[in-house]
Amino acid sequence: MNTSRKGQVGWIIGAILIMFYALLPVAWILSLSFKAGDDINNQKFWPTNWSFENYDIVFSSDLFTTALRNSVGISLIATFISVVLAMLAAYAVARLEFPGKSLILGVALAITVFPIIAIATPLFNLWRTIGLYDTWLGLIIPYLSFSLPLSIYVLSAFFREIPWEMEQAAQVDGATAWQAFRKVIVPLAAPGVFTAAILTFFAIWNDFIFGITLTSSEAARPVPAALAFFSGASQFAQPTAPIAAASVVVTIPVIILVLAFQQKIVAGLTNGAVKG
Amino acid sequence: MAAIEMKHIIKKYGDGFPAVNDVSIDIADGEFVILVGPSGCGKSTLLRMIVGLEDITDGDMIINGQRVNEKAPRDRNLSMVFQNYALYPHLTVYENIAFPLRLSKTPDADIDKRVREASTLLELDDHLERKPANLSGGQRQRVAMGRAIVRQADAFLFDEPLSNLDAKLRGQMRTEISRLQRRLGITTVYVTHDQTEAMTLGDRVAVMKKGILQQIASPRELYEQPVNLFVAGFIGSPPMNFLPAEVRGDGKLQTPLGPIALTTDLQRQAVQGHDVLLMGVRPEAFEDAKLVDPDKRDKGDVFNAQVDVTEWLGNEQYAYIPFEASAEIRDQLRDLSRELDSDQLRTQLIIAIDSTSRIRAGRTADIWVDTRRMHLFDPKTGVNLTRDEQAGARLTAEVEEERREEMEEARNMPLGEAPDVQGSSSGDGSVGARDGAGSRSSGTQEAGSRRV
Repeated sequence: MNTSRKGQVGWIIGAILIMFYALLPVAWILSLSFKAGDDINNQKFWPTNWSFENYDIVFSSDLFTTALRNSVGISLIATFISVVLAMLAAYAVARLEFPGKSLILGVALAITVFPIIAIATPLFNLWRTIGLYDTWLGLIIPYLSFSLPLSIYVLSAFFREIPWEMEQAAQVDGATAWQAFRKVIVPLAAPGVFTAAILTFFAIWNDFIFGITLTSSEAARPVPAALAFFSGASQFAQPTAPIAAASVVVTIPVIILVLAFQQKIVAGLTNGAVKG
Repeated sequence: MAAIEMKHIIKKYGDGFPAVNDVSIDIADGEFVILVGPSGCGKSTLLRMIVGLEDITDGDMIINGQRVNEKAPRDRNLSMVFQNYALYPHLTVYENIAFPLRLSKTPDADIDKRVREASTLLELDDHLERKPANLSGGQRQRVAMGRAIVRQADAFLFDEPLSNLDAKLRGQMRTEISRLQRRLGITTVYVTHDQTEAMTLGDRVAVMKKGILQQIASPRELYEQPVNLFVAGFIGSPPMNFLPAEVRGDGKLQTPLGPIALTTDLQRQAVQGHDVLLMGVRPEAFEDAKLVDPDKRDKGDVFNAQVDVTEWLGNEQYAYIPFEASAEIRDQLRDLSRELDSDQLRTQLIIAIDSTSRIRAGRTADIWVDTRRMHLFDPKTGVNLTRDEQAGARLTAEVEEERREEMEEARNMPLGEAPDVQGSSSGDGSVGARDGAGSRSSGTQEAGSRRV
């Protein structure tokens, strides 16, 4: 009893330390974003006067709002395409025996360890030649190629968990392979689909390298890259506080997404499918 | 409604191993056929080939006169109950049962009517809005059956549907399935390894071993006229006793129990050209010699033996009599019991004697054996040399008639009223395995004719 309580206390202290370590920078950015004008030099953690001035600056700047629109659009489209493709690929990997299956998995794994920066320059030249430079599509394509392997791995693990009998039962009940996939497999793999979607969305939302190398104007530049071009209220002020405010704005959708999907990522959905 | 014909069906896996080897079975419209055998005998594979979940390497699968080898499962219009039920966990019981109808784009009103009919039939009305995860094993099983019957399928296929249930529930569901099949009159193929299910449910039972069909016949024919050692040993519980028997010149067999006379012509023919045979006798062909009528006593033989153990069960009594056998015979019997998925450690006789018998363990006693019911097997090939083809065919043909009558009766029965499945067991009382198959109900009487 005594030892377990001791252990519990240890766990709680550990958890607090880790949360403090992880959340301190977030709190810092949050407090910075509320410091108006020269208040960032107040030598204190909290602002002397809480002000929304930086948020005004951020939202009145075309640079940020168009970048936000680009980010949201590109991330959603790329995530959607990536998850749909990954679902089909993962299903094939999990269910079918075909020549080159291990090769596909191997290449997928290789792509995830490939340094992104290594292909940034070749892509830059290639995209400029074929006219994809500084377009949404020009960003979506490389995002897809880097997010697919992870999604395929996550989803094929989920598909493998679903008993074969589910599909066979559906087929006997009169479903085509596609109907069995859509009406039985996908709903059962929903937790996996949401997990893959979130991971993919984060990776794309936070990407900086492609964002900065493959864009040159507001036509396609996403938020992380746009922040680098940010200027403050005047040309001469360091835009630290507005950048902090922009960062907070960019973080909010991510937090909302996590909270929204968290409820969907409920394992144990397959309970009761077979005799438990 | 459909007849299913299998013609020389072969299933070979990638390594060339034939899981099902040249199986031909004709299943008549409305018939209840059981595929039975020890694990790995190919019975489930055969069932999955019927439904289309497994490719057929060679042979013809014909349903309703149409070759279906290349048809997808959904084009075969069969419904199947899986061993683990395979319910859709994200759907309610109602939607699970409605699933096949939704796929076939049935109008909603029609779906509702049929789902409710099925749920009433299976007593699932209170559970329609629940998810499968919250149901008990028996309820899940019924949902799986509901999903199978809601559609007007040509045939039902069951893949060991009761093996996940406890013993009591299994008994209930067994009568439930039998009642349902008779009521709906739909061709049914049922895979099991449980011989009680096989004996009680089937019009005909197909016994398989290592992918090869051994015999397909009514349960009673399998029991009384098995084609070979394997079928004889597989059907019946406790199993048939096998004894080595040397052929003597004077029309008798020398067995470890003493000399036993050959009584029937078939037996006398069978010993021709053989020196050593395996004698197979059902436990109930024995009796305490003191309790046998004198006029009946002359029809058999009496021997004296030391009883090792007795088991008194109230309605009957078993006695165990160990015997010595040559190493060769012992090995053969051990191989057989391994094939049958059982592991008999010693060579012993299990006999069923009257429960009033005073025979006790450790004493010697006079045992009477009904030699007319003795089978003789070729020890090398396992073939039953005393099988009476005509008697067997008669047994199976007899009950084909009964099946027709019952189906007629069951169809005229109003919905919700069960036919008398607990009716008295017909026959001469020597039929059936003792662990329940003996009290086979009239509602599930074996029927069908030999067609292989």
